[in-house]
Amino acid sequence: MMPIYILRRLGYAVLILLGVSFITYLLLYMIPADPARQLAGRSATAETVANIRAQLGLDLPFYQQYFHYLMNLIQGDLGRSYIQRTEVSALISSRLGPTMELMAWGIGFELLIGVSLGMLAAIKRNTAIDRFLMALSFVGVSSPHFIASMLFLYLFAVNLDWFPLGGYGEFEHVLLPALTLGLLGSGWYSRMVRSSMIEVLEQDFIRTARSKGLTRLRVLFRHVLPNAIVPVIPMIGIDIGIFIGGLVVVESVFGWPGLGQLAWQAIQRVDIPVIVGVTMISAVAIVIANLIADLLVPLVDPRIELDKS
Amino acid sequence: MKTTLTRNLLATAIASVILPVTAFAADPKPGGDIIVTYQNDVATLDPAIGYDWQNWSMIKSLFDGLMDYKPGTTELALDLAESYELSDDGKTYTFKLREGVKFHNGREMKASDVKYSLERTANPKTQSPGAGFFSPILGYDAVSAGDTTELEGVTVVDDYTVAIELSAPNATFLHVMGLNFASIVPKEAVEEHGADFGKNPVGTGAYELGEWALGRHLVFEKNEDYYKEGVPYIDTITFEVGQEPMVALQRLERGDVDIAGDGIPPAKFLQFKNNPAYEGLMVVGDQLHTGYLTLNVTIPPLDNLKVRQAINMAINKDRIVRIINGRATPANQPLPPAMPGYDEGYEGYPFDPEKAKALLREAGYEDGFTTELFVMNTDPQPRIAQAMQQDLSNIGITAEIRSLAQANVIEAGGVQDQAPMVWSGGMAWIADFPDPANFWGPILGCEGAVPGGWNWAWYCNEELDEMGDTADAMVAEHQRDDRAELWGSVFIEAMADAPWVPIFNEQRFTVRSERMAGDESLYVDPVHVPVNYDYIWVK
Amino acid sequence: MSFPTVIRNLCRHKSVAVSLVLIVTVISVAVLAPWVAPHDPNMQYFDGLTMEGAPLPPNDEFLLGTDLLGRDLLSRLIYGAQTSLIIGIVANGIAILIGTLVGVSAGFIRGWTGTILMRLTDLMMAFPALLLAIALAAILQPSIWIVALVIAMVNWVQVARVIYSETIAISSREFIAVERTLGASTLRILFSHLLPHLLPTIMVWATLGISTTVLLEATLSFLGVGVQPPTPSWGNIIFESQTYFTSAFWLVLFPGLAIILLALSFNLVGDALRDELDPSLKGRG
Repeated sequence: MMPIYILRRLGYAVLILLGVSFITYLLLYMIPADPARQLAGRSATAETVANIRAQLGLDLPFYQQYFHYLMNLIQGDLGRSYIQRTEVSALISSRLGPTMELMAWGIGFELLIGVSLGMLAAIKRNTAIDRFLMALSFVGVSSPHFIASMLFLYLFAVNLDWFPLGGYGEFEHVLLPALTLGLLGSGWYSRMVRSSMIEVLEQDFIRTARSKGLTRLRVLFRHVLPNAIVPVIPMIGIDIGIFIGGLVVVESVFGWPGLGQLAWQAIQRVDIPVIVGVTMISAVAIVIANLIADLLVPLVDPRIELDKS
Repeated sequence: MKTTLTRNLLATAIASVILPVTAFAADPKPGGDIIVTYQNDVATLDPAIGYDWQNWSMIKSLFDGLMDYKPGTTELALDLAESYELSDDGKTYTFKLREGVKFHNGREMKASDVKYSLERTANPKTQSPGAGFFSPILGYDAVSAGDTTELEGVTVVDDYTVAIELSAPNATFLHVMGLNFASIVPKEAVEEHGADFGKNPVGTGAYELGEWALGRHLVFEKNEDYYKEGVPYIDTITFEVGQEPMVALQRLERGDVDIAGDGIPPAKFLQFKNNPAYEGLMVVGDQLHTGYLTLNVTIPPLDNLKVRQAINMAINKDRIVRIINGRATPANQPLPPAMPGYDEGYEGYPFDPEKAKALLREAGYEDGFTTELFVMNTDPQPRIAQAMQQDLSNIGITAEIRSLAQANVIEAGGVQDQAPMVWSGGMAWIADFPDPANFWGPILGCEGAVPGGWNWAWYCNEELDEMGDTADAMVAEHQRDDRAELWGSVFIEAMADAPWVPIFNEQRFTVRSERMAGDESLYVDPVHVPVNYDYIWVK
Repeated sequence: MSFPTVIRNLCRHKSVAVSLVLIVTVISVAVLAPWVAPHDPNMQYFDGLTMEGAPLPPNDEFLLGTDLLGRDLLSRLIYGAQTSLIIGIVANGIAILIGTLVGVSAGFIRGWTGTILMRLTDLMMAFPALLLAIALAAILQPSIWIVALVIAMVNWVQVARVIYSETIAISSREFIAVERTLGASTLRILFSHLLPHLLPTIMVWATLGISTTVLLEATLSFLGVGVQPPTPSWGNIIFESQTYFTSAFWLVLFPGLAIILLALSFNLVGDALRDELDPSLKGRG
């Protein structure tokens, strides 16, 4: 059953990516800016521009251009940047590491902060602490990344000198941008954990466990948390698209050499092969994250086991 | 008459290249490692392709061409050429090359490399944005059309002599040989790396590329075999990219960074200028730049001369300069003051809204009209456009702002009926070389007034084009001043037709850390923009 | 439950009451902008800048200070509320409309149409929303309506998903099946049973969505692809002065606070509304 399910999901993922590549290519084809002119520069004659256009295949009809792109894509060739003249795959792979690092820490903080605050709020439900934490979670999700990034950078790095002023390398560099992403994104998780935990707390088996005389903490961590955390997993899959949007802004402000920064530079200069490449990579990440989340949920859901017992 | 090189100008130029330090307070000290920051990735270090002001001087430090400029000035100087001769008909330049100059790969640079390098740039397959500069060379058209890959006019006479024949005498040709696009590259290295030569540059320059971590940093190492004695001074230059300019400045204040490559962001400018702690860290220089507003002469009602003159009188340039915190001086003509041919006596159109309204009335637009103003969407350009918008509304013209990414504005400007007005800021004409001809053809001449061209005013005055051609044929040394004057009058006569509103000439500001030394002009070098890395040093 | 009851119940929470007051204030200020704004928002005052061209901090004449062109920041914020709210309401309205249409058709009709529609939303979900919005904005050359449209194009997907699962849940309930056996037409079921049951969800999303929309508008403007100058929006006021936050704090602080407070208010009200209207969530907390 499972292997067939996975295969079907994989085939479906490929179809989705095909769709993403088509729409992205179509959108960028429609942007009113001529790459050949950009390459040719301001002293070029009309012939030079036409020549370059032909070399890049930009004089072909849309469907042929897309077909060529697709054929190259299948062979792992994402084309060359119009601005940097480097292979897009090289540009992406050089920035993939830093982005993964920031994402791992960012999502890590998001979960850590979200889950612990959510738990705390659920335990202290209907108290001032609960209300304060929930208000706080809303402030997080209501703050645009660019305002928070600028504020944190100015406050914690410039004024207080607790963190380095952007850059990449040591652990201290990843801390502030990752915390920014984590703090802003944690709101949804803490709300979700809170409500699912309250739900679990009211279920029979928890009451049973308690009546058996298990300690409060033990019940909390052995029985309540594993159950309450299940809905968080698909949430990560859904969240990742929004998270990538935040990365574009946070990486640009903190000077983090990742894909978000690459995307932003490429967008400003209408560097189409790079934009398509980054969009494809992001789509792959989103699709894979959702796939993993979907596969993981039945595996980790402890309720299934508990029901059996 | 044969012009030989023992001309005074060039002789002094060479002398100063070898001994550039005499003017400095202290003797330059070799050694040291510095950090330079930039916000954007370094696009490419291929000299045939790199064309932005971030990689311009980096390429100049990695590569050499036949000609260069005296450090910190706009004076032409010899570089890889030891001397040159110009034939009597003014069409053939014969360059004698320096012997014993070695590429970073150890091989000696020869005349065949010069021929290869020029042909490589001219070849449309290279997709060089500078190919068009080589159009004066005999046989360029055939190469450009793809019929051949060899430039008919370039001949290797012997290992150290190369002759370049032009299709007509051209006074700007030596400047063209000083462009990055005419840098000498070794064929074997280009062929080895193919399209990735820009990431693996091999030249004869003062520095060679050490390490390049894409998107993070690159390291220039001192070329120990550099043919110029004593330079460069600095051992390694690390360029860190992806650094927000504000953050870069903060780091510079802390001493983590030596040069903030993107300069002072407008937001920090007044703080920097008015804080005595920073005195001496900021270097100010002129650049060969004019910021202008194009008035598309083919789109009604801007096709009416009176309307264009009215717009010229409506815009308050002093206020615009104030808005950008005085980082520029108001302009009244296309040429910047540092350019030969600049007419100091010309007064331009005065700021006079009443007169402007009267002109609009005469033109039949008493009630004004609505038009569009295209502008690039990075600060401070949209602000400048809004200032103009308010000035225009004072005389009854409603200008709707189209604030777009750079590529979209360039695209709109190159379509004849698309953009009535374009503010050039952010895409502005910074001269490729210090000669007035460079300010004409593509941006005001008929050759640029074509679809996809850069003459966004679509101004085409054949008479003035001919005057320019006449001026460019004046190649003899004694004609130099006459030529500049003739060019100057071309621009002043163009202003009578008011295809532009020249707004200001922007100054350049570089910030360096306390330990950096070397003449200030090196930090705002008009040719090696933004900084001449070969001659600066560490205290 | 009648509307006044809902409002009364909502106001039991102090934070929600404050949020409602804030939202009503912002809406009134936006509507009454020509009367409440102390200055013309686009007037570049000569004495609104220092001689060096620096903006003025808050003072008697310009209560919240001036911007980089010497315009009154307070007036720009007031008119900017108009822009941000128009975009928030229009974009969110379109998103809800498309999302509901797609969600209901997919969930109710099912079959091939339903499958195709839901696959389409899956496809949209795989796009990084911000990149998609930036690309669309680059093609369409933004005006206030285009920005609204772009945001709607990105935001409808979430709504469609939620409405889809709600629709499926509701139509599998017994009373619908009973109606069907009684011979009620599809349209009747749709309008007299399905939609009324979906209404709470739609209202909750309509409220929460405005917050997302206001934030996305601000981010697009921050990246330079938003509303065209000189029209003020809270996002582009910050965009124009983003780098000045160390030298002219008021240029980023006030619009930043405005954005956060408005988004926060809509989120709080939307959340309370969900507790109030969504029976499945009732009783929690």
